[in-house]
Amino acid sequence: MFERALAGDRKYWGLVIVLLAIIGAGFMAYLVQLKLGLQITGMSRDVSWGFYIAQFTYLVGIAASAVMLVLPYYLHDYKTFGRITILGEFLAVAAVSMCVMFVLVDLGKPMRAFNLLLHPTPGSVLFWDMVVLSGYFLLNIVIGWTILEAEKNAAPPPSWVKPLIYLSIPWAPCIHIVTAFLYAGLPGRGFWLTAIMAPRFLASAFASGPALLILLALLIRKFTKFDPGTKPIQTLAKIVTYCIIINVLFFLFEAFTVFYSQIPEHMRHFEYLFAGIAGYGKLVPWMWVSMIGMITASILLVIPAVRRNHVTLAVACVMVVITTWIDKGLGLITGGFVPNPFDMITEYWPTALELLISAGVWAAGFLILTILYKIVVSIKEEIG
Amino acid sequence: MKTVEEKTATIDRRRFLKITGVSTIVGLLGGWKFVELLAPGELEAKYLPKAGALTAKRWAMLIDMKKLTDETAGKCIKTCHRLHNIPDVGDPKREIKWIWLERFENAFPGDEHDHMPESVEEGRFFVMCNHCDNPPCVRVCPTKATWQRDDGIIMMDQHRCIGCRYCMAACPFGARSFNWGDYRPLIKDKNPEYPTREKGVVEKCNFCAERLAKGLIPACVEESEGAMVFGDLMDSRSELRKIMRERYTIRRKPYLGTSPQVYYVV
Repeated sequence: MFERALAGDRKYWGLVIVLLAIIGAGFMAYLVQLKLGLQITGMSRDVSWGFYIAQFTYLVGIAASAVMLVLPYYLHDYKTFGRITILGEFLAVAAVSMCVMFVLVDLGKPMRAFNLLLHPTPGSVLFWDMVVLSGYFLLNIVIGWTILEAEKNAAPPPSWVKPLIYLSIPWAPCIHIVTAFLYAGLPGRGFWLTAIMAPRFLASAFASGPALLILLALLIRKFTKFDPGTKPIQTLAKIVTYCIIINVLFFLFEAFTVFYSQIPEHMRHFEYLFAGIAGYGKLVPWMWVSMIGMITASILLVIPAVRRNHVTLAVACVMVVITTWIDKGLGLITGGFVPNPFDMITEYWPTALELLISAGVWAAGFLILTILYKIVVSIKEEIG
Repeated sequence: MKTVEEKTATIDRRRFLKITGVSTIVGLLGGWKFVELLAPGELEAKYLPKAGALTAKRWAMLIDMKKLTDETAGKCIKTCHRLHNIPDVGDPKREIKWIWLERFENAFPGDEHDHMPESVEEGRFFVMCNHCDNPPCVRVCPTKATWQRDDGIIMMDQHRCIGCRYCMAACPFGARSFNWGDYRPLIKDKNPEYPTREKGVVEKCNFCAERLAKGLIPACVEESEGAMVFGDLMDSRSELRKIMRERYTIRRKPYLGTSPQVYYVV
């Protein structure tokens, strides 16, 4: 099947070359980081996790979204999703690959990464995150590949794949719950120390993932002969609508508890993010754009006419993807570290090299996605 | 009819199964022994302190802020940082520090108010790793590169640390530093008795574990001119316990449940 990725038109190869070029630039930047250490990033004693871990966190959400297709299709026999479950599964594969790469580039000693396996520590949430992420990666690549191959051969998929599919359904939210637990169990970080962290992660995941999937499906429809179909896109749009509204609500629930209780250790982080403290407020405009954008997207998506028109739907989906990205990929991690345990402010902003390395990882993920989607599209075009 | 040679040269199905079956069982048994050998238990090496080492059931530290002058504090910090090869990074955002001074409102956020005695309001408080009894840093470390000794000291294995910095996120006291670059050239005069650290690993105060092993008290305590006391919390006759009986002591952020083992007389 892989041979389908090796034959394509000029647009396909153009995209592959552009992505390879970005990967190359990112890799060169990474070599600098490998030599000089993480001092080339904007991170510090006080904000000891930055852009890399934030991207990782956001992408776990994208990965978890595959279940929004798999669950209705296999548990509720919702046939409409049959055509595109593979798109969700392969998006998950690409997203988890990026997650792993982002964790690797964040390590101070990447050559020792296998110490995670050599000294497994079940008490550490990071250990479990590794388990659920690698498991989810394997489940999706095996399931996706096997089903696609069966489809190509016009044969029913082998029976052993069914239990794996059922396993992948509860597994998907687990990757997000465990990732939320990375943060939600730390005693001194008031911003993260809340039981709603995992539900918020799930809500934003099930909004941003399907939103990205809609955009990808619309692109595939535009540039290839494979039509994912209007009905699955419309159903996905409803899922995005509900989840982005729930995400906004969860945020407001948290804001109520924080501000009505007036406990400084929880309040200070919100103050920093949304108002700034003592003149420090790099993230303030971003956070407001994110919040207002999320609310606007919720209102837009509730209107049936907006959902039905694929142009306005695409606009709303772009808004969902960007606003949830700001929320998780910028605000969540930095916001947890500022103010620091001494109630002092050290701000964080990624450096150019840090952004270049991140772009390299994103490009690598999109290369994986491009190749996998190319295979899917070629086969779907063939079988019609 | 087959000849004798032919009979011995070929293996029939039954014989094949017999041989493979027996060798599998033998192999599995051998394999099991291997597992037993590697499994944790009696065979594992145990840490035993050398003769002459200072030992305790539970090490703890007490800082009497009434006795600590800024000058003494400066000496303590200098000695600690010299002995432990701590580089002079210069950049407060990325520096390494094992012991340093903070204002009361920063060391004990939430405990301050507007009408404190001037000595507290203006005083500078020693902060360092609290060697918590219930340490979140140890709980989160994915490789056991940071762990708790039987005597309570939180140790770091800089050869195992992968530099994920989860412990830094977990520590509610900001006690941990990361080697953001190769800081070795920034060490002023190297102490050959103590290892230097490479870039990419986390470090922090170790209650002078290397000195305790030689029968010496922590360097800061030695330099503190009586302002700091180090002792066994489980020994009711220790000087530490004697002071704790007489004076009211406080700890940093006790409500977080980490049970810090650095006590302050304010």
